[in-house]
Amino acid sequence: MAGLFIDIKVAAEVAKNPETARKLEEVCPVGIFAARESGVEIVDDNLDECTLCDLCLEAAPSGSVEIIKLYEA
Amino acid sequence: MRFYEYEAKALFRKHRLPLGAGEVVNSADEARAAFGRLAGPAVLKSQVLSGGRMKAGAVKFADSADEAAAHFDAILPIVVKGESARSILIEEKSPVAQEYFVAITWDGRRKQPVLVFSDMGGIDIEEVAEKHPDHVSKTHFSSILPLTPRIAKEAIGATGVGGSALNKLTPIVFELMKIFLEYDLTLAEINPLARLENGQFIVLDGHIDMEAEARGEHKALLDELGIGDDETRQARPPTEFELAGARVNAVDHRGVAGNVVEFDGNLGLVIGAGGGSLTLFDAVRKHGGKPANYCEIGGNPSVGKAKELTKLILSKPGVEKIAVMMNVVSNTRVDIVARGVVKGCIEAGKDPAETIAIFRIPGAWEDEGFKILEKYGVEYCDRSVSMYDAAGRAVAKMA
Repeated sequence: MAGLFIDIKVAAEVAKNPETARKLEEVCPVGIFAARESGVEIVDDNLDECTLCDLCLEAAPSGSVEIIKLYEA
Repeated sequence: MRFYEYEAKALFRKHRLPLGAGEVVNSADEARAAFGRLAGPAVLKSQVLSGGRMKAGAVKFADSADEAAAHFDAILPIVVKGESARSILIEEKSPVAQEYFVAITWDGRRKQPVLVFSDMGGIDIEEVAEKHPDHVSKTHFSSILPLTPRIAKEAIGATGVGGSALNKLTPIVFELMKIFLEYDLTLAEINPLARLENGQFIVLDGHIDMEAEARGEHKALLDELGIGDDETRQARPPTEFELAGARVNAVDHRGVAGNVVEFDGNLGLVIGAGGGSLTLFDAVRKHGGKPANYCEIGGNPSVGKAKELTKLILSKPGVEKIAVMMNVVSNTRVDIVARGVVKGCIEAGKDPAETIAIFRIPGAWEDEGFKILEKYGVEYCDRSVSMYDAAGRAVAKMA
């Protein structure tokens, strides 16, 4: 199930980068990112646990990760 | 966490407090054999965690081995305040000349241990304090500064006890004070502490309560006494609802969303923060509300944990609404709890706006939390509304 409160989008070209995928998996404290051979995968079950720490924004190239607060939509 | 008398005495024995000979027995034959190892007449006492054994007939005296066996069979089936006997303690009957009372407990107002001593033991201490106040002393002492026997001696002397009795009682009372602090107890009581006809002092009965949160710290002692991790020693066995609450809390290391206690009301409570749970629970009752449960959340539980707790409470028959209330939070995030309870309502098939009677959690990340609550139409309030008034608002919605 996708997040009720939070959604996260990763730019397509960055999502396929194994190194970025590994970094995202490493920095996220609540396990939203999983590094796969094909790149990064979003773990839907953990989306609502996002603490808005922004570590993923810092780990990926600028502007390539977007955190969307669905309750502000 | 309460100890059985035989466990309390095992702890006292470890600390060399004076005790009479005795054994725990589990059959009439064992009672008969144990009597033979004692020096004379015996007393058989049901091992239950509640008081009132004597009134229930669960304490009997035996002058022979056959009588001890018969008393075992008579006492074992007796249910004392809803509790069956775990076993029977058989001890030598002591020729008592005088009984004393000594207890150490925690004074929540003074935030210090308090030593209560009386030279009129064996009976209800509240009654003694009311009718013979000069025979009861109350002495506070520090749990930080080094203990000295002088504190015990002055407490005993304040009731008029002097001479040899004072000198013999002082080390016993002092040791009990040390036990209280060493094992994080909330109660260490000896009643009666007896002076025998030969002038010797012995512990006749003892009560020990350990702070439940200290169980891990004192696991070695609990193992030594044979107290398993699964023995909660609460006033009653946990209900299925309470066990489910414990599972919710155990599934995730983040924060606390547990200590669930079931009540028979209709207003579910998701409450907590620095004593807030007790305050809010009392406030709901003061307003005439009927809580369906008590619980404690804090330490920034995950969204999933708050969600599962909410779902559990809403699964309780008769619960249509919940009140989500905490003291001002700093290390728990308002938005995380808001997400959890809103999601819990939705997954339980309920409308958060109709189900959450009030959301009163001010503090860290409250602006973010309030955005979520507004989106779902949930009534919320900030710290300008007291916990008491928030509880009143929740209760008013139950009418």
